[in-house]
Amino acid sequence: MTTATTGGVRATARISARADGRGGTALPVLEGEGPLALRRTRAAAGDEARVMLVGAMSGPLGGDHFTVAAEAGAGARLHVGSAAATIALPGQAKGGARYDVRLEVAAGGELRWLPEQLISAAGSELYVTSRIELAPGARLVFREEQVLGRAGEEPGRLTSRLTVRLGGRPLYDQEVACGPGAPGGWDGPAVLAGHRALGQVIVVRPEFEERVPEARLLGECAALTPLAGPAVLVTALAGDALRLRRLLDEALATLG
Amino acid sequence: MTRAALLVLADGRFPAGGHAHSGGAEAAVKAGRITGASGLESFCRGRLHTAGLVSAGLAAAAALGMDPAELDAAADARTPSPALRGVARRLGRQLMRAARVTWPSAELDALARQFPKGAHQPVVLGVAARAAGLGAEDAAYCSVYEGVSGPATATVRLLSLDPFDATGVVARLAPEMDLVVGRAVEAARRAVHDGVDVLPAASAPLLEIGAEGHAGWAVRLFAS
Repeated sequence: MTTATTGGVRATARISARADGRGGTALPVLEGEGPLALRRTRAAAGDEARVMLVGAMSGPLGGDHFTVAAEAGAGARLHVGSAAATIALPGQAKGGARYDVRLEVAAGGELRWLPEQLISAAGSELYVTSRIELAPGARLVFREEQVLGRAGEEPGRLTSRLTVRLGGRPLYDQEVACGPGAPGGWDGPAVLAGHRALGQVIVVRPEFEERVPEARLLGECAALTPLAGPAVLVTALAGDALRLRRLLDEALATLG
Repeated sequence: MTRAALLVLADGRFPAGGHAHSGGAEAAVKAGRITGASGLESFCRGRLHTAGLVSAGLAAAAALGMDPAELDAAADARTPSPALRGVARRLGRQLMRAARVTWPSAELDALARQFPKGAHQPVVLGVAARAAGLGAEDAAYCSVYEGVSGPATATVRLLSLDPFDATGVVARLAPEMDLVVGRAVEAARRAVHDGVDVLPAASAPLLEIGAEGHAGWAVRLFAS
């Protein structure tokens, strides 16, 4: 349950998706909590279950600790989106906020994780960890977008680590750190060079084992690259969230 | 161990092929993101705290005797650009050739057999440091220093930058290199017990994207 103390709000949301045996996907577990409300919505495809994460409070604020855990079993197709962007804000409580995402996909299962942007507002401090465990034969589309500051403001302090493991072996492991107090040079010519929106999309498909798309540039500050495994990464920097989304959508569309 | 062995391994004249690489500086110069000493410093600082920290962590972990194959897989996961994975393996193979002759060791031989096309350079560097009787901190220092001095030296040629200015950039980053080495070694010591996932994974998106563009150029001064 949600607990609010002077240390901030702790909340966990859980989603579990299973093949329903009739060609569709059931959600035996769909549990939101406090600021993390979940709604099942109409799916675009008949065999897919679609869940919307609805922010019922603002935040995460300093001191908050949110966790979202989702898993898709064999034959299940789960799509998770969010109703609005998540805004990291400074809080009354001391210390930063944490946001943990824990995803699991079984062989023959599919997870499409396509939330809206994370906006790092001035004065906020947030540490995000996303850990994804895939069984061999799992399918994944995972998008994350970080926007550094609301319009015209300085960003907060944001660290975001994204780890994807396939069959227990590391497939992708990267950490972005930016904002005031981040290790030096984060906004310089090797890292972000003044861009205020960055994003990644990881697509894992078993058929990439046979043939993985070739690396290609998508404009000056974005690229699609095959990872060392049946997966591709789209990584992009842009001036704002709108342009970033356009770059990522275009890249996703080329993968079919 | 001898301190002189550290100087041999860290020397830019050690025949390991590093001089042919700019560490992403050539792409950044072409894109107009490095135009002088201050841009170079900002580039090197960002690189140090991202790719530099990751490499140093891997090198330190290898020097502590962690399984090189696991470290190599961890390096792949931390290098989304296939161009950079290729560069890291080519540099690893070149370093392996030089190190096996300089400090013959069964561990280097085993690593060379396991990765005939080359393991990631920081992993080879760590195993080479062990062969030379050096420790985790030494391996991390070699890695971090090469990661800063490489782009600085390359930029002298790319921009006709005053070599004194370039050396000044490297010297000004020395305290931060100490810091990064400390973080890398601490993480490597934890990784011995907790596994490779606790090693640093700091990313530099523009280095990765720039490397993919650079790999496609018809004419370039540096291999990466």
